[in-house]
Amino acid sequence: MAESTPVPSRIEADTLVVGGGIAGMTAAIETAEAGRKVILIEKMPSLGGRVLSSFQYFPKLCPPTCGIEINLKRIRLNPLIRVMTLTEVTGVSGNPGELEVQLTVKPRFVNEKCTCCGECEKVCEIERDDEFNYGMCKTKAIYLPHLMAYPPRYVVDPAFAKDDRMKKCVDACTYGAIDLNMAEQTLTAKVKGIVWATGWKPYDATKIDNLGFGRYKNVLTNVMMERLAAPNGPTQGKIMRPSDGHEVKSVGFVQCAGSRDENHLPYCSAICCMASMKQATYIRTQYPEADIYMFYIDVRSPGRLEDFYQKMQKDAKFHLHRGKVAKITENPTNGNLILEAEDTLKGVITKTEVEMAVLATGMVPNAVDSPPPLDTSLDEFGFIVNEPGRGLFGAGVAVCPTDVSGSVQDATGAALKALTAGARR
Amino acid sequence: MDPKVGVYICKGCDIAKTLDIEALAKAAISDAKAEICKVHDVLCSPEGVTIIRDDIEKEGVNRVVVAACSGRVFPELFDFGPQILTDRANIREQVAWCHEPNNEDTQMLGEDNIRMGVAKVRNGEPPEPLIEESSRDILVIGGGMTGMTAALGAAQSGLKVTLIEKEKNLGGWASHFKMAFPKKPPYQEPEDSGWKELVNQVENNPNITVKKETVVEKTSGQPGHFAVIFKSNGSDSEHTFGAIIMAAGWRPYEASKLGHLGYGVSPDVITNIQMEELLAKGELKRPSDGKPVESVAFIQCAGSRDENHLPYCSSVCCRVSMKQALLVRRMNTEAKVYILYKDIRTPAQYERFYAHIQNDDGIFLTKGEIAQVSKDGDGSLLVDVNQTIMGEDIQVKADLVVLATGMVPASKVEETEATGEQATTADGKKEAQSAEKGAHILNLAYRQGTDLPTLKYGFPDSHFICFPYETKRTGIFAAGAVRAPMDMSSAANDAWGAAMKAMQAVEAIAQGRALHPRAGDTSYPDFFLQRCTQCKRCTEECPFGTLDEDDKGTPKPNPMRCRRCGICLGACPERIINFKNFNVNMMSKMIKSIHIPDEFEEKPRILAFVCENDAMPAVDMAGIKRLKYNSMVRILPLRCLGSMNVVWINDALASGFDGVILLGCKKGEDYQCHFVRGSELAEYRMDNVREKLKQLVLEEERVELHEVAISDYDKIPGIFNKFLETIERVGPNPYKGM
Repeated sequence: MAESTPVPSRIEADTLVVGGGIAGMTAAIETAEAGRKVILIEKMPSLGGRVLSSFQYFPKLCPPTCGIEINLKRIRLNPLIRVMTLTEVTGVSGNPGELEVQLTVKPRFVNEKCTCCGECEKVCEIERDDEFNYGMCKTKAIYLPHLMAYPPRYVVDPAFAKDDRMKKCVDACTYGAIDLNMAEQTLTAKVKGIVWATGWKPYDATKIDNLGFGRYKNVLTNVMMERLAAPNGPTQGKIMRPSDGHEVKSVGFVQCAGSRDENHLPYCSAICCMASMKQATYIRTQYPEADIYMFYIDVRSPGRLEDFYQKMQKDAKFHLHRGKVAKITENPTNGNLILEAEDTLKGVITKTEVEMAVLATGMVPNAVDSPPPLDTSLDEFGFIVNEPGRGLFGAGVAVCPTDVSGSVQDATGAALKALTAGARR
Repeated sequence: MDPKVGVYICKGCDIAKTLDIEALAKAAISDAKAEICKVHDVLCSPEGVTIIRDDIEKEGVNRVVVAACSGRVFPELFDFGPQILTDRANIREQVAWCHEPNNEDTQMLGEDNIRMGVAKVRNGEPPEPLIEESSRDILVIGGGMTGMTAALGAAQSGLKVTLIEKEKNLGGWASHFKMAFPKKPPYQEPEDSGWKELVNQVENNPNITVKKETVVEKTSGQPGHFAVIFKSNGSDSEHTFGAIIMAAGWRPYEASKLGHLGYGVSPDVITNIQMEELLAKGELKRPSDGKPVESVAFIQCAGSRDENHLPYCSSVCCRVSMKQALLVRRMNTEAKVYILYKDIRTPAQYERFYAHIQNDDGIFLTKGEIAQVSKDGDGSLLVDVNQTIMGEDIQVKADLVVLATGMVPASKVEETEATGEQATTADGKKEAQSAEKGAHILNLAYRQGTDLPTLKYGFPDSHFICFPYETKRTGIFAAGAVRAPMDMSSAANDAWGAAMKAMQAVEAIAQGRALHPRAGDTSYPDFFLQRCTQCKRCTEECPFGTLDEDDKGTPKPNPMRCRRCGICLGACPERIINFKNFNVNMMSKMIKSIHIPDEFEEKPRILAFVCENDAMPAVDMAGIKRLKYNSMVRILPLRCLGSMNVVWINDALASGFDGVILLGCKKGEDYQCHFVRGSELAEYRMDNVREKLKQLVLEEERVELHEVAISDYDKIPGIFNKFLETIERVGPNPYKGM
């Protein structure tokens, strides 16, 4: 069901799903297809979350757009799902089975008349950092979040809504879709249960100061690497060295960068081994002769993902090095990185020079910044601890680090937990 | 009621800047003979939509063609209810946005799209759901952590559940394990799995009927009407269910195959399961002589991650050994425990459990390759470990050796693993065989086999990352360790999802609606069996086993098993399978409604059959990105490329099309096709197509098949343009204009 502005001041549903990433979308779709009403809210201007930043999923190396397309189709066709973007929860009261939620909807400054024709973007003079591409490029101040954006509607960066230069965009729109006076709205939602699927953000790699991120241009994080490989990314899918745009002859993947580490994230983010090996295949596809190193403590490819690891080991130029990278320094003459690590199988310290280093950083649950309401238990890392008898259930990475399949599976179950909230015996 | 067609043309989004709207309207009325044609500046505005609604109400329009943007945009705005058949003729993304404006060829394309839209709605009918009285009861097979949790979840949603368990008691493997590794913060000490409490809840739940020492003798019917016969201690019973959750669990890998790791060398070389039994007894004594155990060596990945045994990783064994190690240390504070591993796999918060283990002075962990397990003179065991972390080869002496063996799903049948490959072929025969020799858990009376077809290593899943609960049998959901190796708490969590899917299934079936991926679809295939020639293509090719057959070989449809892909429609050489809103005749008329110029020079014609799931969105995306390509292509969307009937290629060639191109999802081991086998079948049918081309003395190059994902939108112009070059080289269809 398409979002309308303004929204009614009071809405009702069986379930409220907070977070429109793969877990939240799944929870909402499964609930609606069981014939129940659901409100799906997302704080960004579009559904999709972090999976849309992936170029491909492991282990099939399939594009995220496939699953997202069918999920969006199911959302579009189901009148029982009400999607509200730019929306957050500001308060909850009541008991499981009868909860009252306060929601705040931030203004998009573009209404439902938008046809995505793109005329406003053409004439816009203001640029801003593109958060979808982790700041590696820019968009205009009025932009479409991405090609699969839902709702398919432009949005104005609130920092520029009152900028005089935006009048040009208003004039360029022949549908009257831009409304720079749009105001914030609040409303109340009455629901029986809540699914909290707020996902994660990447660990701040600048905190790992022995690894040089932020100091050395050719040290990237895994999420940035994913964007470099994506055709809709900052380099149109061509993997190049950030410092000079050169082709890459050697890459080092630094596993457990700030993970399994008492000084940073003491837990394991579960997917980084698979993600790095997947990204190694991206590099191999573009650079058949490149030397690719993976510095690891343990290779975690559980279940049937083991097949992927076995396949990677057959690549003669994929060099596995058992030993965590202790330090990264830069070769000032060419911008290469020197990775220092102990080879724990040989008992020697090695130094490997590579043209680009990818830090496999972990996932930090968003609940750390915005904790869920209703006295929800969080563990010491900010992950939700689901307990029976509650009115709110975490789903996806909000509960524990996992991959797409795990998030979808968890969210499907969370949908039922929320529906039966308050009906427990 | 006779069709009365209204065509509504939008001028917005550059459409009017690119196309001659008046000429489009003329094509709608004079050529396509639509009864009404109206034009609006912004059809998606409330005023625009009202024009259509008014015509429906006041003018009796019951077939609507919206000539505007793609059907993927604003579908809810242009939904006029179940009585009105609506088509979205794309003249924006597929015409105005990707072709030369004010150009004769672009205009011809626009007009053809409107003619096709009218032909479509005129030759179809709005579907009517097949609503029959159906059961909402759920059958759960398996009374372990998964089955019990699934039963409780379904019961809490108000459904009646029957839970069957083949053993004497509920509890499954959990009832044999003393404790579980920690799932609650601070993730350090083993905890109670909660199985006893679950048994209590299940046995006291008024909505759950528990049948112990019971197995399924036979399952016949379809979702909503699964007639199940139970066998229980010699007596039979039956019940009808709406959906089934298969939580049949797992068995340990056969340790007798692990002689190379010492199994059989001594009774003190045991498996992790045997270790659980020892720990449950509460006394740690050597099986050989009853002496107390002072040292234990755990050998990880025993028969796992091994091509010669289980190639996959069972995920849980690292944590199981750590839990057992801690329990040993608690029982005997002087005991020494060695964990010999390949990689320690304690993902997510389980890493803290590993950290806790590492803090224990009595537990030693090292990576290494096991060279040999032998008996020492004094009866203790010697484990030779090479290539360890210290760079040395070491020998560990222990009272007890525990082999951490993996999990084999109950659905795995030994004979079918000989190939180790996906047991699917285009004609379904190989798959039918693998399901035939199934594990006899469901004992389906389905023509295509008795159990859920398995994919790899005996797991009955769909291979879909985004839809992990989908199986190849509608209304039957696998959950827990039978679906993938997992621990007890993950299995319980998995059960919630399966219960949700089962609940959804019975709701949808009761309303005559399809399930994923065409969720909500009320159409279903109709079979005109009087003209059936018993070729069996439909019964064999259906990926979901929808069709059984009688002894003459005539198909017996079971509409609730159907996912409405239309693969059967595509398979039938007699063309007797049709949906109300998608039928063979409709497509033929759409093809024939396209105007083919007599001249070939600069005006060849290509027909593109495009799967609407991935390939069609890719074509839309190319338009959204304003990528230009030749305007000789006419695009026909299909529910699945497998639903393409070869007669349409005949129709196309007879009409004068010079070439036919097929765009569908990826096939093969890493298939993306939402209906599993659709694009693979399209390729298989290409053999028939090439035969046909030969008979007509036409070049094989006139038909091409391509795999296209949405993210391949930038390749669409190249694919169409290159095919056009091929066609121009091959020359005009000699049957053109005949």
